Amino acid sequence: MKIAVCIKRVPDSETRVKIAADGKSLDEAGVKFILNPYDEFAVEEALRQKEKAGAGEVVVIALGPPAAQETIRTALAMGADRGVLLQTQGLHADGLETARALAAELKDNEFDLILLGKMAIDDYNHQVGPMVAELLDLPCVTTVAHLEIAAGKATAEREIEGGVEVVEFSLPAVLTTDKGLNEPRYPALKGIMAAKKKPLEVKPTTPGPGALAIVSLTLPPERQAGKIVGEGSAAVAELVRLLREEAKVL
Amino acid sequence: MGKFQGVDFYDVDSLLSEEERAVRDTVRAWVDDNVIPVIGEHYLEGRFPKQLVPQMAELGLFGANLPEEYGCAGLNNVAYGLIMQELERGDSGVRSFASVQGALAMYPIYAFGSDEQKRRWLPKMASGDVIGCFGLTEPDYGSNPAGMITVAKETKDAWVLNGAKMWITNGSTAQLAIVWAKTGKLDDVNSIRGFIVPTNTKGFSAKDQKGKLSLRASDTSELVLQDVCVPKDALLPQSGGLKSPLMCLTQARYGIAWGAVGAAMACYDEAVGYAKNRVTFGHPIGGFQLQQARLAEMLTEITKAQLLCLQLGRLKDQGKATPQQVSLAKRNNVSIATDVARETRRLLGANGILAEYQAMRHLANLESVYTYEGTHDIHTLILGQEITGISAFN
Repeated sequence: MKIAVCIKRVPDSETRVKIAADGKSLDEAGVKFILNPYDEFAVEEALRQKEKAGAGEVVVIALGPPAAQETIRTALAMGADRGVLLQTQGLHADGLETARALAAELKDNEFDLILLGKMAIDDYNHQVGPMVAELLDLPCVTTVAHLEIAAGKATAEREIEGGVEVVEFSLPAVLTTDKGLNEPRYPALKGIMAAKKKPLEVKPTTPGPGALAIVSLTLPPERQAGKIVGEGSAAVAELVRLLREEAKVL
Repeated sequence: MGKFQGVDFYDVDSLLSEEERAVRDTVRAWVDDNVIPVIGEHYLEGRFPKQLVPQMAELGLFGANLPEEYGCAGLNNVAYGLIMQELERGDSGVRSFASVQGALAMYPIYAFGSDEQKRRWLPKMASGDVIGCFGLTEPDYGSNPAGMITVAKETKDAWVLNGAKMWITNGSTAQLAIVWAKTGKLDDVNSIRGFIVPTNTKGFSAKDQKGKLSLRASDTSELVLQDVCVPKDALLPQSGGLKSPLMCLTQARYGIAWGAVGAAMACYDEAVGYAKNRVTFGHPIGGFQLQQARLAEMLTEITKAQLLCLQLGRLKDQGKATPQQVSLAKRNNVSIATDVARETRRLLGANGILAEYQAMRHLANLESVYTYEGTHDIHTLILGQEITGISAFN
């Protein structure tokens, strides 16, 4: 089983981000970057499917700046076999251009399965997975929460509003992974040491300019201090009034 | 509780390699997920969280700076130190477990054992299938191990050990004890040798020491050896004299110097969070000068201790670190960590005495760490001897 996992380097959700002076990008100073958590599910699933199949290869591919090599090493430390960095200058915002660059790398490599996180936690776009599938003309299943592969046939479960949808598809296919699919392993210390020796190919890449431009970024407003309207049942009437008239949520 | 973000005022991270940071981050995440949620309860109940041992083994935390050919991770000493830092950020008891397993049980087999002993024991200890302990200290011989009265007598085809050991971490959990004993006369310090003693050997018994108010999430035991008979090949062939166990202690003390930084970072992190959120007289207490002085002092000492550890680790990786340099780091870092824990406890006011917060647990733990592996005072004298060339204790 030959599996590709497309991953992204994103700011740690615990990091307090600052907007750069240009008002439309992040100030990266002091920001810790991590492997996108949804992509961690994809890496873990790829490793499990390979282990189940008993043979194969897991290749991680990232589009990003030189520092994304570290993100690829994280996946290699978890157990992936080799990495490819499509190296750009800075971050790229346009989902379609990202998908084009990834698809170009994926197309001639005959992967049985291509996995991506359902979205990146920095831009929340949910775009790249389905776009890669479309560009490669492959079936696409998004937000996979359970996956079974047997004899070239695959079944996936997706958690949809109020229930679970079960879909069947043929391989090769492009899947985006959701929380709940698995519990990603910690990169063990031996894995971290081994990752140093695994191949990581760096390919300078210049994605197209794309049709999307970020105009501005703003932080959410500071949270206001709360208000205690009273105690016990006596406060209910006032609370309801405030919810209706001030907060306007009722 | 959010994920721990570390304390790094001087961008010490930039002095670490990518692998060193990756190792640190793995252990940090594991501690957040597996130690922090359960440690308060284990501490109160006085139980070591034994269920964590297989996970620690799987991550490769045991003897992580020993070579890969014995199933270990083969890390450098800085990465090893960072592991100790992160484990103790969880709890000194968890770090002590790993320290004893790696530096005090696996290391002597690695350093003084035969090839056969190394191949037989080290992979099983790396995988956590065999837990080790280290028997040097005796009821009457702590700071003065040269005075030990445990003896090993050679017979035609065996060694027979008699004596008692005290304050032995992992003693009642271990399958294997590294026991130090005199093979000659009691005044012959050079006759001290190390033995690998399976704890199920007849005549060997371990009893947990009860009533501890510190390191409660760790097993501390008394070992009794009564006519314990082990085969000739239980002897660690390359061990000889007091220098051998002291070499093990230097390894462990090195890890402790890092571990203390972890405990201090945990407390500082807690203190900052509390100071920003706790409101009194209409202001967060972090806005008051007395608390700011506390926090400034903590951050200063932590930053100094971090740089001390890192340089010591680099020297150790170059084979240049001296036992005296390790003494300085252990002495300084445990002392400042104890101060940081105490000041955090005080900053937290009444809440600071609860197990729900970390400070008092770390404070109580660090009082043991202050005393074990060479007391603070003995390290002072080691440095005094190094400086003046005159020993104050011999």
